[in-house]
Amino acid sequence: MKKKDTGLQPPYGFETRSIHAGATPDPYTGARSTPIYQTTAYVFDDVEHASDLFNLQTFGFIYSRLNNPTVSVLEERIASLENGRACVCASSGHAAQFLVFFTIMEPGDHFIASSNLYGGSITQFGESFRRLGWNCTFVNPQNPDNFKKALTPKTKAVFIEILANPGGIVVDVEPIAAIAHEAGIPLIVDNTLATPFLCQPIKWGADIVVHSTTKFLSGHGNSMGGALVESGKFNWNQNDKFPTMTSPDTAYHGLNFYETFGDFGFCMKARAVALRDFGPSMSPVNAFMTISGIETLPIRMLRHVENATVIAEFLESHKSVEWVSYAGLKSSPYNTLARKYLPQGPGSVFTFGVKGGYDGGVRLVENVKLFSHLANIGDTRSLILHPASTTHRQLSDEQRINAGTEPDVIRLSVGLETANDLITDLDQALDSLK
Amino acid sequence: MASKRPHSLFYPDEMILNILQKVRTIAMVGASPNWVRPSNFVMKYLQQKGYQVIPVNPGYAGKEILGETVYSSLSEVPQTFQMVDIFRNSIAAKEIVGQTIPLIDEKKIQVVWMQLGVRNASACMEGELAGLEIVMDRCPKIEYGRLFGELSWGGINSGIISSKRRRLRI
Repeated sequence: MKKKDTGLQPPYGFETRSIHAGATPDPYTGARSTPIYQTTAYVFDDVEHASDLFNLQTFGFIYSRLNNPTVSVLEERIASLENGRACVCASSGHAAQFLVFFTIMEPGDHFIASSNLYGGSITQFGESFRRLGWNCTFVNPQNPDNFKKALTPKTKAVFIEILANPGGIVVDVEPIAAIAHEAGIPLIVDNTLATPFLCQPIKWGADIVVHSTTKFLSGHGNSMGGALVESGKFNWNQNDKFPTMTSPDTAYHGLNFYETFGDFGFCMKARAVALRDFGPSMSPVNAFMTISGIETLPIRMLRHVENATVIAEFLESHKSVEWVSYAGLKSSPYNTLARKYLPQGPGSVFTFGVKGGYDGGVRLVENVKLFSHLANIGDTRSLILHPASTTHRQLSDEQRINAGTEPDVIRLSVGLETANDLITDLDQALDSLK
Repeated sequence: MASKRPHSLFYPDEMILNILQKVRTIAMVGASPNWVRPSNFVMKYLQQKGYQVIPVNPGYAGKEILGETVYSSLSEVPQTFQMVDIFRNSIAAKEIVGQTIPLIDEKKIQVVWMQLGVRNASACMEGELAGLEIVMDRCPKIEYGRLFGELSWGGINSGIISSKRRRLRI
């Protein structure tokens, strides 16, 4: 019999996987770039095939709300880069977070989250999730014991951002993972700011990783998306906390997801129940843009870090700047953690304090000419934001301070332009504060 | 119970592919007539991929599962089969390997495959000494789907990197 080619044997390098994982040439046409399967539905071979698909007895496509061949390529690629078992993409990072919690939580359940989170996540967890009966306690992540103290019998997960948005804060993942695992619950890590190129949280004990792919993964500020990755290592059967994973699912004739799908049971459930019933799927075009973006992720991230370091050093020496919080700076209290968890650099999103408080912040963002004043991060373009007047506006004063967004805080997402041009722009805008 | 799943065993893709190619008939110990059970899922899938799957389950001997007669034990199966697929727990796996070894020549058995979560090191050693290839803690449905692209449709990391067109079946 002719020897069948299954490709090279692992392990493959990160750069190779950024380009190839999930994307073998199209079996019918040989198309080398991933085709955009712009279709809503897929034909069944016969009635039996249809019922097998609906019952999850076989693998395949039914309807693009559940899965789509272009989106699947992106999912496998992200799973590979995170060294995870499986991935489900969603229409945004927020949607991915919703899918994760819906797959774990029941009304009345509880989870613990770091208080240093993207402001949108604080609102999602603290306000909207609460209305679903999912209760969140926010704790300061700088002392891992805070997570332990907040545990209750109803606690089903711990959630952190390893590299926090917007503060240039690095969270010590390992001891927090140990606390979660001792309690028999998964650690969920938002890895959006670091990307798997700079940090792979599963290596440090994360059980589920979430992303807003809108940011550095797609990388060009043109495509919304989110992703959840499961490590495949969490034992959902170790206690009775996760009946959604380990007891018969009435929506699937009593199917037990963990028993049937094992180490990718969480992603199967997130897709077959949460994504199916709530519908925040990623579009094939956005998946295609993100697949293309990821192909250059390693070289982009290196340059993002390089530019961020130069800008942070410039700001640190500027007389109109009170302080700079970038974990890559030796002056940062997070520099040691950054070197452990993010040895190639702590990304390119960080904050600094501008003289003149709230008004100074407003003047700065209105006076830049190359930095774009907008609410996003992880673009090729350099971005600037004054959180107190925008993303973190809906938070209480206490929440704002906990999240590291006092009135004088400016957040930068340093892009890939010529570093000197970025410095010149910031310099002229800072001069306008005098 | 451990909070983590045990470390994953490593089987080269070439080995798994070779097994899936040379095996055409599989005796499935612990096959269930209940269509929502994992064994039934796997049996149906393997049938669709062209394998003959013979169910072995003493509780259902003489009845049919997915069109195939159920036998009470491996020795009762009246034909040859190249592989035994064990849908029983890790302790029972030892006994099943013990029943397989005397049948190797008569039934032309080459492989014993233990399903996800099923591992028995001493059964593995015994089987290998008798000349059997042993796969533990894997599912042939998942491995088939992984090597031929279908698993990737569910966003699952297949580990496959190739610049060649993906074959969809053996």
